[in-house]
Formats: sequence, C-alpha cells, structure tokens
Amino acid sequence: MSTTTTRGIARPAPAKGSQARPRRGLRGNPTFNFWLFTGPFLIGLVIFVFVPIGWSIWLSFFDARFTVTPSNFIGFDNYKTVLTDPNFTGSLVTFTVFAAFIVPTTWALSLSLALLVHRLRFMRAFFRSVFFLPTACSYVAASLIWKMSLFNGVRFGLANTVIGWFGADQVAWLANPSPPWYWLVIVTLRLWLQAGFYMILFLAALQNIPSELYEAASIDGAKPGWQTFRYITLPQLRATSTAVILLLLVAAYQAFDEFFNLMGKATWGQPPLVILYKTAIGVNQDYGQGSAGAVILTLLICVVTLFQGKIMGFGRGEESK
Amino acid sequence: MSAMSNSNFSRRSIFRAAAGMAAAGTLAACGSNNGRGGGSGSGKQLVQYFHAYGEAGVEQAVKRYAKAYTKANVSTQWITGSNFENKLFPALLTKQAPDVFEFHPQIQLIKSGQVADLTDIIDPVKDDFNPADIKSHTVDGKIYGIRMIDDPQFFFYRKSMLEKANVPVPTTLDELIEAAAKLTTSKVKGLFLGNDLTPIQSNLIWSAGADTLNEKNEIAYHTDAVVAGLKQLRSLFTSGNLLLDAPADWWDPSALDQGLCAIQWGGLWGMPTMQKALGDDLGIFPFPKVGSNGKPSVTNGGWSMFVNAKGDNVEAAKEYVKWLWIDQKQYQEDFATSYGFHIPPRTSIAQQATKLKSGLPAEGVKLSNNYGHFDNIGWTQAMITALNDVIANCVRKNQSPEAALDACDKKVNRELKKLFG
Repeated sequence: MSTTTTRGIARPAPAKGSQARPRRGLRGNPTFNFWLFTGPFLIGLVIFVFVPIGWSIWLSFFDARFTVTPSNFIGFDNYKTVLTDPNFTGSLVTFTVFAAFIVPTTWALSLSLALLVHRLRFMRAFFRSVFFLPTACSYVAASLIWKMSLFNGVRFGLANTVIGWFGADQVAWLANPSPPWYWLVIVTLRLWLQAGFYMILFLAALQNIPSELYEAASIDGAKPGWQTFRYITLPQLRATSTAVILLLLVAAYQAFDEFFNLMGKATWGQPPLVILYKTAIGVNQDYGQGSAGAVILTLLICVVTLFQGKIMGFGRGEESK
Repeated sequence: MSAMSNSNFSRRSIFRAAAGMAAAGTLAACGSNNGRGGGSGSGKQLVQYFHAYGEAGVEQAVKRYAKAYTKANVSTQWITGSNFENKLFPALLTKQAPDVFEFHPQIQLIKSGQVADLTDIIDPVKDDFNPADIKSHTVDGKIYGIRMIDDPQFFFYRKSMLEKANVPVPTTLDELIEAAAKLTTSKVKGLFLGNDLTPIQSNLIWSAGADTLNEKNEIAYHTDAVVAGLKQLRSLFTSGNLLLDAPADWWDPSALDQGLCAIQWGGLWGMPTMQKALGDDLGIFPFPKVGSNGKPSVTNGGWSMFVNAKGDNVEAAKEYVKWLWIDQKQYQEDFATSYGFHIPPRTSIAQQATKLKSGLPAEGVKLSNNYGHFDNIGWTQAMITALNDVIANCVRKNQSPEAALDACDKKVNRELKKLFG
C-alpha cells in the first residue's frame, strides 16, 4: 500500500503527496494507541464517575450539612437515619409497585402498536412517526400538560369532563391518595412518552422474522392470528423482548422527572431518586444522609442485577439459553 | 484504492470535526450560562437571585433597579418554578453562587456561614424598620438580612357567594368547614387552601394557641388542640368541599377570580389583581381560631435580601444591597406597592404608601398588625418540610395525627440538636 516506510526524521516534509500516505502514527505503538483512544474516556470516567462514588461513600460517614467537605465523622449514624426513615423505605416499595405497573403495560402496548403498524399496507411511515413522536417530548413538559390540563382537579379538566359525561363527580387526581388515582396519571404519562420508542424496536424485530416461517407454519396447518402469534412471532421476538424489558426496568429505576413534578409535597409516590434528591440536593442539604441512601440504593441495584442476570441469563451468550 | 480511502477519510474527518464542534458548542454553552452576563459593563460583576414573582412587571422592575446601579454590573437570575430553594441552596455551594439573593431568614444559613453579617449597613436605619422584622433577622445581636417586603397571608372571599348561601364570615375552624359545605355547588367549591394544604400549616398551629417553637427553641406545636385541628382538617379534606388540583396554586388569584371557589387562602400581593377582576365583591378574614382557646392568625411572610458570605465580592455585594434596599427609598416603595401589594417593612415608607391606606388593602394591613406571626429564624426549611409531611400523612392520607406529629418531632429534634446543641 505504501512506500514511504523509511522516512528520516531530519528530512523536510514533502510539500505534497501526504494525501496518499496512510496515517502511520496510529499503527506505530499499540500501547500508545490504546491509551490515546481509551485515555480521554477513562479520564472522564474517573473524574465524573469513580471520584464521585468514592466521595459519596466518604461523605456518607460524615455529618455533611450544607457542605461537601465535612469534618465531623459520625460513623454509621446516617445509615441508621436513612434506614429508619419511612419515606426512604416507602420509596423502595413505591418503585417496586411502579415497575410492576409500567414494565408489563409498556411492553404490551408497544408490542401491540408494532403489530398494528407492521400490518399496515399504506401510510406506515406516517403512523410509525406519529407513535414515535411523543418520545421527543420532555418528561417535564409532559408532566405539566398532564397536571395542569388533562388531570387537573377542576370540572373542566379533560379527565373530569370525560367522567362527567357518565355522571361521575370530579376527582382530585393527584392531591388525594385514596383511591390512588395518581398512579393512573403517572402510568399514562410514561406510556405515552415511551411506547413509541419500544414500538420501533419491536417493529425492527418483526421485520426481521423470515416470512418462510409463516409460510411453513400455514402449510403445517397453523391458523393465522393467535396461533401464529403465540408459536412463531412471540418466540422470534424473545431477544428483543428481553432487551426491552431490561431497558424498561432501567428506565423505571431512573424515574424522577414526572414524580418530582406531579407529586409535589406528597409523602407517597416518591421513588428513591426523588427522596435522595430531596434529602441531599433539595431543602435539607444533608449530603451525608443523601450519600448513605445512595450507597444503600447502589448495593440494592447490584444485588437485583446479579439476581436478574441469573434468571434471564443475560451475558451468558446465546448458546446457553 | 488509496485515493478512495482518502476521500473517505476526509469526509469522515469533516463529520468528526462537525460532531466535535457540536459537542464543544454544547459544552461551551453550558459553561457560559452561569448568569454572569456578558461582562460588558465596567467594574465588578454581581449576580442576584430572585424567585419568580407572579405579578406583571416585577421582573422588569428588579432589572431596572439593578441597571441604575453604577458601581457594579448586576445581573439578575429570575428563578421560575415553585421550588426556589431547591435551586438556591445547591447553587450556594458552588462557584456559580449568587452574590446577592432573596430568601427568608433561616438560622442554618447563618450557622453554616453562608450569609454575611449586615449589621453595619442596617444599624443606622434600624429604628425605621418594623421591630419584628429586625428581630427575625437577628442572631446573637447581629443582623443578617434586610427585609424587602412583608407579605401577610389570609383568606379572600366572594361576598356575593357568602350572602347568597347565607353564610356568615367564619370565626372558628368549625364554622369554616361548615361554610365550605354550604358554599359548595356543582360548579364552585367552597374553599381553596392550596393544592397540598401546606400553606396554612403554621396557621393551624398558631390559631390553636400553640407555636412552631417556643422561646427556648423547643417544639411547641405538638399540643392536643393541634391534634384536634388536624383531625378537623382531615374531615374537611375528605368532605369534597375543598378545591384540589387547581391549575394555578394558592399564590395565584386565579382560583377565586375564575369562580372555582368561594373562599381562597392567598397573599396581600394578589389583592390588586383580585380587586380588578371582582371589584367590590371581595372580602378578607384571618385564619379562624381552632378549638376554644385559640385565636385567629395571619402569616406575615415576606422576602429579605442576603449577601453570600462565601462569594468573591462580599464587599461590593453589601454596597449594592445597601444602595438598593437601604438608600433608594423610591425603588423600595415602587417594589412594595406598584405591582402586587406588599407592606413595606420600613415605617417611613409604609407611612407614604397611600395605596395601602384605604379600603381593602388597609384592612389587610390591619389584619397583619393584629394577628400577624412573623418568621421565626430558628424554624428552618428542614422543619417546614417535616411539617409538610404531617399535612400529607394525616390530612391527605389517613395516618393518625399523633403518629404523624411524633415522626415530625423526631426530625425537628434532630435539626434542633444540630443547630442549637
């Protein structure tokens, strides 16, 4: 490919011809290249991930109010306070309930949307875009729309207007926790925002199922509809389904924006991240206690991830499934 | 072959350069968005934080005052949203902290050394200030903030609606609950206490003859009368006569103006808008007494100016605060009475404030004088939040008031121990 392998150092650089030469430096020293490519990323990782984790663990043993450079060591006091705080322990329950609601419903809705769009003969691109568009909306903006116009508590809110047609009284969707209508608000919001994105994933997977399978099945006497779906489509979507469920779980764990904006000063419907935010960054400014909560949460996530890996066989490779 | 790969290479490099520039642009945008302005003016750069006042023209007014100051270039950050403190408190720990900010007097700001001692600039005019406003900003003889405005909060009601339902102005919590029931129709709710009911949490305590903390900074809210009041409030919440989940919360006059409710908890600041919308069909009354030994109460809230003691320009910031909030009386009066109504904390300005001298505004001032409770500097945000949880748990949710108050005691005591030992 190249003929200029022995260029001396002292030789002046040629005025032209450099265009034809492959870039040598990148091939020269593998170790140097390794650090060249991973270095910036590693530096970022250390500064923005490892240092904060270490700092947070360190903070969790101190009385760190209104400061992140505390001096008053208090041992496991923060952990004791966090674990006996009903708001924090309650938040773990909230998260579990939330995940139990949102993961199956999003999975089912996005799969059915994908099936519908997949079978369309015309305007497929249009419907695909229409369902995907809400993904581009921010959670904060959507929360405000849900809170102030769709699910507000006055008689002319959209939801109250609709139930008013059936003679029902107006409902305070968010303020009143019994019955817990706030879950309806939170779940519909997230469904609207998320379903389109996962629909695209399912759609891609559906388009990858070879049509020979369906032909073979129909020759073997499988009826189109439920039977084909149950025995051909669903098994073929297994890999995508697993990925979607994992992504949904991760997204549920990270839920913050809509809870923070919708639930206000409630003590229920607070996932762990909102509680930690309120403890550490919010009005309490207790970075020690917040860090203790974060460490506990991290440990929990580790345990759950390991457990999940064991069940789902994620990362074990295709053949062992 | 090599020519091809070359053209690939250069195309790729263009993409890469473009992506890199986009990324750098984003980062640069983050970096420069620190509120320090363009740096065009001469002299020192100061940043001030204000929460978003709802009345039209306040933001422009604040920026106008800042522009009139010649010794430093003051830029204003107008913090929208309902949680000003969530933005202010973390910012105070960073390099991007404001030099000057408005907030309420809270002792943790002083104990953690975040606000500067302003005694020397206030002392010469100390006697001109409402003594309660001086007291609420004083710790160990030093004054840490300048009160800009006093904001009494009480009930506003539609006279016509009460007359029509034949309801007298409530003087006890029981009567208020009864009034809410009588005033509720298919279209109008009787009463609005804010979407989460927390705005009246202190009034419930004061009107029950208790207090948040006593003179020795010990818990004083945990009394039988308060427990009974919380139970009454729970019955009100479940009665269906409260306006809940309103699109605009209590600090905005919309709920009353738009006929969503007959009685609304609000602040003096909203009075001009209400008078414009409702004319004479508007009355006010304090939070009624709770139980037999109680007395009516009014929240005397408000906003004060503080100087960030850890900022780079403490002296310049103090000078600016002195200029605007001590020397420039015409701006102080403009700020207090030209947009929403606020009571000027300085007697000399309050005496000139003709808009507050007659009619309903004068009644509001009277309620503030007769029943007002000023900020207690020892009652901090963490304690307020603990009490918010009580309202959430035993009024909106069905926890027993005793259990909710016990949980609150635990948190408040932890705070008190940290602050006062």
